[in-house]
Amino acid sequence: MVQDVQPRIRIPSQIKPGEVIEVKTLATHEMESGQRRDAAGNLVPRRIINRLTCTYNGRPVFEAAIEPAVAANPYIAFFLKATESGTLDFAWTDDDGTVYRARQAIKVG
Amino acid sequence: MDRRGLILGAGAFSTASLLALLPGAAEATPQAAAELLRKLAKGAPQHGRVTLTAPDIADNGNAVPLTVSVASPMTEADHVTAIHVVADGNPNPGVISVRLGPHNGRAEVTLRIRLASTEKVIALAEMKDGSLWTASRDVAVIVGGCGAP
Repeated sequence: MVQDVQPRIRIPSQIKPGEVIEVKTLATHEMESGQRRDAAGNLVPRRIINRLTCTYNGRPVFEAAIEPAVAANPYIAFFLKATESGTLDFAWTDDDGTVYRARQAIKVG
Repeated sequence: MDRRGLILGAGAFSTASLLALLPGAAEATPQAAAELLRKLAKGAPQHGRVTLTAPDIADNGNAVPLTVSVASPMTEADHVTAIHVVADGNPNPGVISVRLGPHNGRAEVTLRIRLASTEKVIALAEMKDGSLWTASRDVAVIVGGCGAP
């Protein structure tokens, strides 16, 4: 099935220097577990997002190795110490090798 | 057919149809979950510092909210390097492994997970000094979230 992946990022709009903020991410994706059977009784092949990474002005700040036990439309939130303005770059890796990317501007100060 | 026969017949039918819905793979056992944790991080975990927040009873095993937080100053010298989550009743015990560092400021991750049945969710945190900390939590699941169509 074709995945129409819409990445969503949410961070606070006003951030003080050094503040620890929560970064909320979501990607619309079925996360087919490989355990499910179709109407004919055949196993539906696994197809999930198996990895999420985030870099902050080019530096890696978060990495997740994801298993099929993460729910559909994977929502993953983590914390980040906001030291400077710039960009957050996110990458979700699909089992089929596709990488879905999103960029979020971060304004500190 | 008398009433008892009908009821028994219905019972047998629903059991059979439930079995048909179950995946072919065997469910993970607590042993498989423990084995995976040993593979993910070497050493003897101590109990404490890790807090698992999840509902005691989840209506829907397809999306169970889970927060794992670890008590840590998250400084260069003393911080959490990784958090691993496993579930001991899913077809595969692995859930997620995240890498963290002092730049995170706070060792906490929130996500939604799938639970096949009532089972134990276990989190393991790796520290900069090599120590391991663990906590677990039982979650009762009303409708399982793995093999259902």
